[in-house]
Amino acid sequence: MDYVGIDIGSTASKVVARGGKDLHFTLPTGWNSKETAMVIEDRLREAGVDVRSDATKTIATGYGRVAVDFADYVVTEITCHARGGIEFAGKDCAIIDVGGQDTKVILVRQGMVQDFLMNDKCSAGTGKFLEIMANRLGITLQELFDIASQGDVLPISSLCTVFAESEIISYIGEGRKREDIAAGVVDSVAAKVAQMSLRRELPEKIMLTGGLSESTYFAKILSDKIGRKVENTSHGRYAGALGAAILAEEKSKRRAKKNEH
Amino acid sequence: MEVIKDLPEVFEEFAEQRKNSFLTVKELKDKGIPIVGAYCTYFPQEIAMAMGAATVGLCSTSDETIPVAERDLPKNLCPLIKSSYGFAITDKCPFFYFSDVVVGETTCDGKKKMYEYMAEFKDVFLMELPNSQREEGLKLWKSEIIRFKEYLENKFDVEITEDQIRDAIKVNNAGRRSLKRLYEVMKHDPAPIKGQDLFKVLYGSTFKFDRKAIPAEVDALVDKIEKEYAEGIMQEEKPRILVTGCPVGGATEKVIKAIEDNGGIVVTYENCTGAKSIDKLVDEDNPDVYDALARRYLNIGCSVMTPNPNRLELMGRLIDEYQVDGVVEVLLQACHTYSVESKGIRDFVNEKKGIPYISVETDYSQADIGQLNTRIAAFIEML
Repeated sequence: MDYVGIDIGSTASKVVARGGKDLHFTLPTGWNSKETAMVIEDRLREAGVDVRSDATKTIATGYGRVAVDFADYVVTEITCHARGGIEFAGKDCAIIDVGGQDTKVILVRQGMVQDFLMNDKCSAGTGKFLEIMANRLGITLQELFDIASQGDVLPISSLCTVFAESEIISYIGEGRKREDIAAGVVDSVAAKVAQMSLRRELPEKIMLTGGLSESTYFAKILSDKIGRKVENTSHGRYAGALGAAILAEEKSKRRAKKNEH
Repeated sequence: MEVIKDLPEVFEEFAEQRKNSFLTVKELKDKGIPIVGAYCTYFPQEIAMAMGAATVGLCSTSDETIPVAERDLPKNLCPLIKSSYGFAITDKCPFFYFSDVVVGETTCDGKKKMYEYMAEFKDVFLMELPNSQREEGLKLWKSEIIRFKEYLENKFDVEITEDQIRDAIKVNNAGRRSLKRLYEVMKHDPAPIKGQDLFKVLYGSTFKFDRKAIPAEVDALVDKIEKEYAEGIMQEEKPRILVTGCPVGGATEKVIKAIEDNGGIVVTYENCTGAKSIDKLVDEDNPDVYDALARRYLNIGCSVMTPNPNRLELMGRLIDEYQVDGVVEVLLQACHTYSVESKGIRDFVNEKKGIPYISVETDYSQADIGQLNTRIAAFIEML
């Protein structure tokens, strides 16, 4: 059996297959989630996984989850990130997922989602905020983190992405150092994420997932703000897709068992 | 009375009740029947009913008039208050337009200050609702109920007798008993009907001017639901949800829909469209009708009370009796009392009752439906 997890995020789509074939890949979501789903289907078929076959069970998650018409189940990104996060951090942990358009804090106890928080109606404290600011500074996201680590934080006071962008334009106009502006941008996102995380009592183990989890620098800044170690992992962006693939396996096995009875 | 129509048709009729009553209110007015409008479950309807007046709920549930309201009221205020004020000042609500008097209570800060402005263009009678349910509070509330009676007597040049009040109490109690019987059908597991349909009846029935007609109509509906249930017509087994928090209706029915679109079923409503305003009867044997009314209404477990033990008492009972799997609290943006109380509710639900709780903050717009769906779907996946 092949178990496939597809996480169509607002910025990137992540795919994990387990069981028969073990593979993972990522691609930009683009403007059309349905087309993205078709590209994913083709790439999986090339790798020997046929999502249309009865021998494949697929769970779709993420913002574009409804666009995956071949999915056997649709599960929210909260549940999937939690399930994937458990693989990285164990059964009692907090998972902080900073995604393209939302940030989630998920509390997991004994392997079950116990509580979660999500940002609403505002993109401050998300990957989108970083992306817009990096664009404004004319650099990539990776470069933003790289130069931020060499800068001194310039305060960005506005919580609104649009107003924060104008603040940055003013800094550029004043001829401030790009490193310092970058440090200010990262600091502002980390502060917003920390603020949300601190609204709940956090366990010992805290794991960063989502697109930003590759950045050790971001994890460090976030740890400082939360006052507790936030771990990161190079595969954190796959947490949702991995969780979806595992849930696909667990769900279909549970169903098979139910049918036996 | 026997219901010959199909259940969906009956539910839709109740859903249309508010609109249909727009015509009825005009007819009543033409007949010279006084109309008393109110905004809150604390409003002692029986006093107005005793003099033969029709009573109607005025709480607005759409964002249509919010921009106009924001000319006078702050943007960061509860949408229920803004929308209600907006409908009032633009004369867009027929119920408000035809009301001879509007009764307000000193419930939350936003409402009581809003009534000051409303009084500039409408007859508003403000009742001073105590903040707590102690004996002193009860005394004050009883004297306010009597003051309201005297106000009506003067304004309409009538006499309101205790016998008339007693009759009104009996009529309303009968309505409450029937509506309670109705929502109790949800004790069945699996549930017989959708929570959305139950809501249509509970909400729609508040717009029925003929209170005496409620029991027969609702009882017939209950009998039909029970009969179909016995024949095996029921909902699938799903996580059973209790809805609590701010008033729900109109625009905010999106939360109920989100719960039922994402795999859950609402089996009970603790808020003021549901059990909160129906659960307790007025004591018909109390020789002092004013004392009986004061006790019944003051004991409503709304978050404007401090402390507010009756909300927990009712919620605890509902969680047990309806085998609730999870609690969803609806918080209207900038509703301080419910928002602050939400920690206490979460602790009670999680620790005392051992089930999950989620609160969703929302307003009268449809802009957050995507987030609501994700949030509520994730919550139901937890159960």
